[in-house]
Amino acid sequence: MAVMTYREALNLALREEMKRDPRVFVIGEEVGLYEGAYKVTQGLLKEFGPKRVVDTPIAESGFTGVGIGAAMVGLRPVVEMMTFNFALLALDQIVNSAAKMYYMSGGQYNVPIVIRGPGGPAHQLAAQHSQSMEVYFYHVPGLKVVRPSTPMDAKGLLKASIRDDNPVIFIESETLYAVKGEVPDDPDFVIPLGQAIVRREGRDVTVIAYMGMMYRAMEAAEELEKEGISVEIVDPRTLRPMDTATIIGSVRKTHRAVVVEAGAGFAGMGSEIATEITEEAFDDLDAPVERVTGENAPMPYARNLERAKTPSKERIMEAIRRVCYAERS
Amino acid sequence: MAQKTELKKAGPPAVDAELARRVLADMMLIRRFEEKAAEAYALGKIGGFLHLSIGEEAVAAGASSVLRPDDYAISTYREHGHALAKGADPRRAMAELFGRRDGLSKGKGGSMHLFDKSVNFLGGHAIVGAHLPLAAGVGFAINYEGGDQVCVCYFGDGAVPEGEFHEAMNLSALWKLPMIWICENNRYAMGTSLERALAQTEIWKFGEVYGIPSEPVDGMDVLAVRDVVGRAVERTRTDKTPALIEARTYRFRGHSMRDPAGAVYRTKEEVEREKLRDPISLFREKALKAGWLSEADVRAIEKDVNDRIDDAVAFADASPEPPVEWLLTDIYKED
Repeated sequence: MAVMTYREALNLALREEMKRDPRVFVIGEEVGLYEGAYKVTQGLLKEFGPKRVVDTPIAESGFTGVGIGAAMVGLRPVVEMMTFNFALLALDQIVNSAAKMYYMSGGQYNVPIVIRGPGGPAHQLAAQHSQSMEVYFYHVPGLKVVRPSTPMDAKGLLKASIRDDNPVIFIESETLYAVKGEVPDDPDFVIPLGQAIVRREGRDVTVIAYMGMMYRAMEAAEELEKEGISVEIVDPRTLRPMDTATIIGSVRKTHRAVVVEAGAGFAGMGSEIATEITEEAFDDLDAPVERVTGENAPMPYARNLERAKTPSKERIMEAIRRVCYAERS
Repeated sequence: MAQKTELKKAGPPAVDAELARRVLADMMLIRRFEEKAAEAYALGKIGGFLHLSIGEEAVAAGASSVLRPDDYAISTYREHGHALAKGADPRRAMAELFGRRDGLSKGKGGSMHLFDKSVNFLGGHAIVGAHLPLAAGVGFAINYEGGDQVCVCYFGDGAVPEGEFHEAMNLSALWKLPMIWICENNRYAMGTSLERALAQTEIWKFGEVYGIPSEPVDGMDVLAVRDVVGRAVERTRTDKTPALIEARTYRFRGHSMRDPAGAVYRTKEEVEREKLRDPISLFREKALKAGWLSEADVRAIEKDVNDRIDDAVAFADASPEPPVEWLLTDIYKED
């Protein structure tokens, strides 16, 4: 095990996969000479050259389409979105071309592409740069959607995504790039897509959370431990395909569930997970499933408003207490 | 025009009987296929949208006549002709239109989504302009692998105002991609005429802006198309620079079967006048006059084409519907 940042783990995953498979290449805005807006692709141009580390003009639909077309004929592109918010300019390419190609060609043309970059709330990036973008993609059959919370997951899941034969939406976070953690050295360490992980074992309630919200839920769990509430935390890691078995298994054990998500709550991931739990484990529940979500508002710039927009540790703790029918101590 | 001098002077080899037979047969096959598709549509055997290219056959036949089997072609939703000219089996193409299990895309794609990997036909795509970046990606992959193929991308004049047309032109010129961009300018994007859609109606001039050798060509003259595409392909294979060809053509039918007359946005007189440029009639006369083909040759080609399309319709009719389990297959490729 080596200790490295989330950013370094992503960089290492790219480097290893590019060494392993000459068909893998990186393409996007500022990925080469500038070494990535968030330095995820640092050093790649020097190591692999401009043929495999391709700087593009600002043309998201164009270069995403180039990636998809190249993938149709056998290459394995990793397309970087400088921020995932820009992927909206390529949404048609991702949804209408990448996701449907295998199906509408009757299984003739699959699209092994990874589209990656940061998304979700960051630090005062305001309305157009802070969206929790996964919602736009996990609805679409044909796409896989990954949200890796730790350096180990960042590496293992990115490698699995690159090796996957389907389009994978891989959304990182500006707020996690500097987070450090242990990462296996084995270049063949991959984390299969579609496997959730229990981040913290507990007895009384299951909290389902990913990315920044997973860390916030961890803090809430530590505090509630002092109140005698034992919280289990499940991180789905892959949102599509979703590992509902692990989530349901945990809920069957704890009989209570709280789903936390940073994005706006209306028709969000929390709605889907809460529904899955209700459909699959209703008889196991001792309380209604609660959702703690971002407010249904665009992301404001002002620091205090931004803070109010995303779920706080306090809101998570309150929801956990409510499903446990615990009075505030 | 400066752009013309950039294209090589030497075109493809001169016409002989074999070539004349091929391009005439290809054009007639496309025509017959689509006439029969229109009949099947009227009978309810084909549903959804059906866009016919009747009148535009010279573009697909002329361009395909200079391509190698390992070259790629990709197109819009008006792609029956492009798929057939690239070598797709008309029986499986017709079965796809019928929504049957033996269709090229197993009945899951339909008229707008014909794909045939066995002949490097990368599909019919039905979001206007969206397949141009895909095509550029194919060109990118050819260069990446060090190949000498080209990728032919067909699109309509309706794609030109789209941002993706301009992104794809820029990227293909910037990265020197082996692209043959062929705009089938039939003068109407659905019901919107060129003049109502484009500030610059000479479409080939957009290529000039991006430094792409570009030319207009009479899209009703199969040999003219063959000549210009042949020169472009020859140059692109070696120089890796893209080409933009504006083939000026006309669709004799409506935008789709739901616009059969096409009379709201254009006059009957205009349509009748354009039919005088019918690419099949023009070439047949030329071939007879030049002695490339005899009347008997033409009759034999016609009979062969009719037989093949009758067979295609029978094949499609006999093919079963896809099994319902196929609803949930081909969504993800698993190893």
